[in-house]
Amino acid sequence: MTGDGAQPWLIRGARLLGGPATDLLLADGLIVEAGTGISARGAQVLDADGLIALPGLVDLHAHLREPGREDAETVQTGTAAAALGGFTAVHAMANTDPVADTAGVVEQIWRLGRQAGHCDVQPVGAVTAGLAGSRLAELGAMADSAARVRIFSDDGRCVSDAVLMRRALEYVKAFDGVIAQHAQEPRLTEGAQVNEGEVSGRVGLTGWPAVAEEAIIARDCLLAAHVGSALHVCHVSTAGSVEIIRWAKSKGWRVTAEVTPHHLLLTDELVAGYDPVYKVNPPLRTAADVAALRQGLADGTIDCVATDHAPHPVEEKDTEWQVAAFGMTGLETALRVVHQAMVQPGLLDWAGVADRMSVRPAAIGRLDGAAGAVRVPAAGHAHSSGRQAGGTHGSGSGTHGSGTHGGGSYEAGPALVHGRPLIPGSPANLALYDEATRSVVDPTMHASRSRNTPFSGVELPGRVQATFLRGRPTVLDGKLTR
Amino acid sequence: MTHALHSSGDPAVGGGEPAGAGTAGAGTAGAGTAKVPPAGGKLVLGPEEIRRALTRIAHEILERTDGAADVILLGIPTRGVPLACRLAARLTQVEGRPAATGSLDVTMYRDDLRLRPARTLGHTSVPPSGLDGKVVILVDDVLYSGRTVRAALDALGDLGRPRTVQLAVLVDRGHRELPIRADYVGKNLPTSQREVVHVLLNEVDGQDAVMLTTGLDQAAQPSAGDARIETDR
Amino acid sequence: MNRHLISIADLNRDDALLILDTAEELAQVADRPIRKLPTLRGRTVVNLFFEDSTRTRISFEAAAKRLSADVINFSAKGSSVAKGESLKDTALTLEAMGADAVVIRHAASGAAHRLAGWVRGSVVNAGDGMHEHPTQALLDAFTIRRRLGRIDGLAVTIVGDVLHSRVARSNVLLLRLLGADVTLVAPPTLLPVAVSSWPCEVSYDLDSLLPKSDVVMMLRVQAERMNAAYFPTVREYSRRYGLDADRMQTLPEHAIVMHPGPMNRGVEIAADVADSARSTIVEQVANGVSVRMAVLYLLLGGAQAGGSQLEAAR
Repeated sequence: MTGDGAQPWLIRGARLLGGPATDLLLADGLIVEAGTGISARGAQVLDADGLIALPGLVDLHAHLREPGREDAETVQTGTAAAALGGFTAVHAMANTDPVADTAGVVEQIWRLGRQAGHCDVQPVGAVTAGLAGSRLAELGAMADSAARVRIFSDDGRCVSDAVLMRRALEYVKAFDGVIAQHAQEPRLTEGAQVNEGEVSGRVGLTGWPAVAEEAIIARDCLLAAHVGSALHVCHVSTAGSVEIIRWAKSKGWRVTAEVTPHHLLLTDELVAGYDPVYKVNPPLRTAADVAALRQGLADGTIDCVATDHAPHPVEEKDTEWQVAAFGMTGLETALRVVHQAMVQPGLLDWAGVADRMSVRPAAIGRLDGAAGAVRVPAAGHAHSSGRQAGGTHGSGSGTHGSGTHGGGSYEAGPALVHGRPLIPGSPANLALYDEATRSVVDPTMHASRSRNTPFSGVELPGRVQATFLRGRPTVLDGKLTR
Repeated sequence: MTHALHSSGDPAVGGGEPAGAGTAGAGTAGAGTAKVPPAGGKLVLGPEEIRRALTRIAHEILERTDGAADVILLGIPTRGVPLACRLAARLTQVEGRPAATGSLDVTMYRDDLRLRPARTLGHTSVPPSGLDGKVVILVDDVLYSGRTVRAALDALGDLGRPRTVQLAVLVDRGHRELPIRADYVGKNLPTSQREVVHVLLNEVDGQDAVMLTTGLDQAAQPSAGDARIETDR
Repeated sequence: MNRHLISIADLNRDDALLILDTAEELAQVADRPIRKLPTLRGRTVVNLFFEDSTRTRISFEAAAKRLSADVINFSAKGSSVAKGESLKDTALTLEAMGADAVVIRHAASGAAHRLAGWVRGSVVNAGDGMHEHPTQALLDAFTIRRRLGRIDGLAVTIVGDVLHSRVARSNVLLLRLLGADVTLVAPPTLLPVAVSSWPCEVSYDLDSLLPKSDVVMMLRVQAERMNAAYFPTVREYSRRYGLDADRMQTLPEHAIVMHPGPMNRGVEIAADVADSARSTIVEQVANGVSVRMAVLYLLLGGAQAGGSQLEAAR
């Protein structure tokens, strides 16, 4: 660690959540002052005139592929992509090889994230051993590990066994966990390739009915209500799913949901060219679904945007549709896509974006400090001090006096907390976004190791100008700082 | 992207056939595409002259084929076909028995297929008695490079084995590129290669005329600029 | 339509009629002493078959050879494909061999479409998954026109597994394009959910349609559907949706019965119906060669897109 973490930064004239221009002074990993006309001797100054300041984005759903598929992505490249997208924390999905279904694997991933340093990596643990859907993984051990896992998901596969799903929901209540379900009824989607509808009939690809998603969501909402546990629904993709979640929330049940950026912008019409860059699970749906998803995100039925960043090497996409891998990259374009899909049509303002892309996902991932946050251990000692750090809880108030005597080490720095308001005392996690610019997405410029973005060649608004993780810039002028 | 399968916009179809010969596989299945007489063109043959030329050719055929016994007149689409029919009518008038006719599309045998999008095929029909041992007279409107006739001879070879093959054309404009000559010529017309001969026939174009224009004046001229494409080969 | 034939949806009415008219001329070649034309001399046509389909491959091979093209047959079995080579690498291999056209049969919908992005030559779709089989539809239309003299205004009934049938998909598009009124008849399980968006009518009742049908086209019931709950038993399917002699009696005098083959005699079509005078099944095979000759001629017989003249002129 060099000493740059300790270097104070003065951000001049940023529009907090799109509001009036404000100066922010970052020091010791925290926002220490916010106001106008702030001056600070010795601080580096960043002219943020016109830029929008958002709390560092939190992704509940990314596939970093390490361990096992380092040809597609690594924690290093995935977190670099995340930082460039304005993220300060990402949840790493469990479908790695080996599967993140033990304390050992989740700690390894968590440690790799610490070392990468571009953003925090919060591992997601598998619900069932080996994602096999037959018996529970050691959920408690993962929860108690240094990685402090709170979200459990078999993402990529559905926990379709109703009994197993019920047990998982019940079991995680002991440590305030949440089951994030990949809602896909397996029998209804055997060999499924694209949304079942007019397009699937035209292109002759096996249909993926909306009901295969909705039936599982409905069942899981009822199960969660029955056992009084927390359910999170991954990548909601249909209008019917939005309706079911709206109904479940109206009952006061503990149900949250996410939508991907691509499902907010793209439709199944893109399948007509058979380019597998548009092949994704769940599949791209119809324009009516896109409209319902946008509305659901706007009215809060859908809590947050999660990327489902799913990198794949070229050879897994440069094939006939049926044999291509499912998935799209998303970290580097997420905010820009949300800008186009939600902000430009007036469905969300920037405060709303902050809520859906930082505040709420941090709360769902238990990264908001509300339940007691973890101190950040020194990166160099992570492998040995992990477990000890896991037991070190902060005050949970979000204001950490300890941060003021932090020095260059993370050891006594601010807690691993995200999604806090941009006020003095909050960890200095933020993204500065230029909403006035537009540019064409060029995947060859991406930090992700993979190029499978559906937005290649598409002009999108905005640009992430800078990202700060606990007061240290990870991205400046749209480029990684290291 | 080319439009290989488009029937419209194909320069081989319609009035765009520039060399004026009108023989290059125009029209689908014998349905020729009518030409509009070129503005400012010089009239070479009028209806009456065409009539006389065909009558003379008919008489020559009778002389040289022993009263047209075993003769089959094979027109090369598009405008060779009505010419063959007109000649047959004259032979029938004189001899009192019907003369056999047919049409022979040479598109698939052309040596310039690769210079343009695929051409629409003309119709081929041969009398049921076949060609073996017969006197086949190929009929075309204009003889120019001789390449169409070369293709017709190849096509004939795949259809049967005539005793003799002869050639009748309404206009011979010179500039042969192959050792081919016509046995019956309606009009020898010295031309420069830049000129275009337009044959219009009542059956296809609604009037009978042979006209001459300077190629560069023609709006319908393809811009490819390759003189080889513009000939009737 | 471009330099490929991948989907009927890419054709306009004039394109389709041009193919049929050209096929009509080329059909004569079969009756000549020399059944060969020199047109595609020096051109190479590759038959790239990832699925077994002897009849389609032979039909394309005969068509290419009658036009004097060089034919290379490349079947997936025993080739590098069986060893896991990707479609793209196979395509690049063919490219290196100088294929002017690739005729592809593949189990994956869209395979022909993908291939067209990887090779310079023309791609002819000989059946891709559940998507399309355009030359089958063209030969069916050709057969109908030869038998009944026209297509415009005819009532065509297509019966069977529409959901999984590339033949049905291509035929609905083409016959509608050419003015026929198409009705699909199938158990509801074997129709796409969004079939209402197709340019045709849908019915579950075969018997009510037969007296009004000029053409009945029976689709093959694939063996793998028989045990997948699409219908209770083969016998019940046959009773409700099979064409037997009694049902055939209810057809108008002039009506014809078609089947793209291979048939399941006794399942979707009774043996005596298949062999009746109304059946065009043997003609369909012969017509297939003429139609495929027409397609190959129209794609390869002129200046080729990959080959410069035209491309440069545009």
